[in-house]
Amino acid sequence: MSELAAPLPRTATAIAPAPSPAHRRNVVAVVAACALIATVLAAALAPWLPLLDPDTVDTPSRLRPPLSAGHPLGTDEFGRDLLARLVWGARVSLLAGVATAAASMVIGVMLGLLGGFYTGWIEAVVMRLTDVLMAFPYILLAIAIVGGLGPGLRNAMLAIAIVGFPLYTRLVRGVVLSLREREFVEAARALGAGNGVILGRHILPHLLSPVIVAFSLDVGVKILATAGLSFLGLGTQPPTADWGSMLATGRQFVVLSPHVALLPGLAIFVIVLALNMVGDALRDLLDPRL
Amino acid sequence: MRRYLARRLLLLVPVLAGVSIVIFLVLHLSPGDPAEIMLGSQATKEDLARLREQMGLNEPLPVQYVHWISHVLRGDLGRSLWMKRPVLPEVLQRLKATLLLTVTALVLSTVVGLAFGVASAAWPRSLLDRFSAAASLFGASMPSFWLGIVLMVIFALWLGWLPASGMFAPYGGGGAADLLSHLVLPAVTLAAASVTIVARLTRSTMLEALGQDYIRTARAKGVTEGFVVLRHGLKNALIPIVTVIGVQAGYLLGGAVLTETVFAWPGVGTLMVQGILARDFPLVQGCVLVVALSFALINLGVDLLYAWLDPRIRYE
Repeated sequence: MSELAAPLPRTATAIAPAPSPAHRRNVVAVVAACALIATVLAAALAPWLPLLDPDTVDTPSRLRPPLSAGHPLGTDEFGRDLLARLVWGARVSLLAGVATAAASMVIGVMLGLLGGFYTGWIEAVVMRLTDVLMAFPYILLAIAIVGGLGPGLRNAMLAIAIVGFPLYTRLVRGVVLSLREREFVEAARALGAGNGVILGRHILPHLLSPVIVAFSLDVGVKILATAGLSFLGLGTQPPTADWGSMLATGRQFVVLSPHVALLPGLAIFVIVLALNMVGDALRDLLDPRL
Repeated sequence: MRRYLARRLLLLVPVLAGVSIVIFLVLHLSPGDPAEIMLGSQATKEDLARLREQMGLNEPLPVQYVHWISHVLRGDLGRSLWMKRPVLPEVLQRLKATLLLTVTALVLSTVVGLAFGVASAAWPRSLLDRFSAAASLFGASMPSFWLGIVLMVIFALWLGWLPASGMFAPYGGGGAADLLSHLVLPAVTLAAASVTIVARLTRSTMLEALGQDYIRTARAKGVTEGFVVLRHGLKNALIPIVTVIGVQAGYLLGGAVLTETVFAWPGVGTLMVQGILARDFPLVQGCVLVVALSFALINLGVDLLYAWLDPRIRYE
């Protein structure tokens, strides 16, 4: 009785002519993707765009508000053009986000494959390593590693990549554990395939969609983390423009010129929002079960 | 329950041992001589030799670890090079402020998140549900340190309703009301992202719970809707919600570092950042160790809460 009765309300809502929410979601995802592409293009083409030099100091025109002559977004405490710094900062922030997420993904997927496929000491080592790294609050461990390596963008990126890989390891291991016992793996083994072939040719392709979805959502997290470290003074060092460090220095002038701190933060917010929207849309597309 | 507690405590030992190794290695990750990094390029050879001797840096790495951990186990985290004081009392003093901020943010995110999540599940596709969905996307994308600055600009600088930074007013402060007024902005900033996560998870687990047969039975018996949602729905949806609240506790403890910096809150986070910038390794190690231990204890607490909520877990 319950099996017959339970699906009724769901069927009723599915039949109802309401295609608009999904359609609206798609439109939002396309707009987010366009914003993302525009930012990536602006960042990539920064040297060729008609922008002022991001590091040129012009003290007489310091802390100009947005829409000032020659400075559409105003200037910072040294009179440097904020638009130019935001565009050049996008290069650093986007690259840091993508590179750290990619590094975490590569390490995490490899360890997840090994930890899920092999039982015994390999599995034990991989799982204890992820347990230990996950026993720290995420950003705290990154800060501690930067503490050891010394402040700087490269070290901050390295720290974030290290603390980020257990996420992928857990994800991949879970999938591999469920695939390991499946018939196609057994069939491949019966045909004489070695572990390397089974892992690379038969198991890895199954991981593509969950890993792509996790990666697309992770880039935003990594951008926030690198911006956070730069905000604390542990990432990008002056005079290099980066959204997190711009926000940190702008904070000191927040009473008289709030735009200097608010604009870089807005840039981080918009780009991470766009990434999350695209990531959600990718998840709907690649994994209809979710 | 006692056996479960003993098993969980035993499982904590290897994780804490691993944590201590990672923290110890943080000091030794630095390419080069830690003593030179700590004292700077102006240090004399005698100073360097003295610090190396003092920190036992001439010993092999495993010996140094055993030496360090034996001191840690006795509650000796070393002396801060920058403040010239023992690390432990300083970190514990700051930990109170961090825990106050974290616990307030956790209570805030749990109460508000649960309320929003339950309301969204009780009235799906309502205006409130849509607002909650949009807020969760925004919450996950907003840098907390930026939100803190925005709130500070609006509520402290423009409206003048709340203090902009610190834990107490510099003159004439010190009371509970003063502390509370200073706590509002950092706690709201820290809780913002967690509120949206707790709300979304509560909504989805509640929707699942409300679709079960026993809910229909309860409704058929004539139980009031409020009682059905809270007593039959929420109680059964609690396990995954407690899980995510536990995860959030760790996230908040880490996130507190950034929020503390924005609002100059005198917690472990600000101390640790100052320690890193001053290259004060014993201080940084002490801060990380104490926070990681607090995190492990919070996770243990969450696990015990599961076992209390769902007796099946104890017998696994």
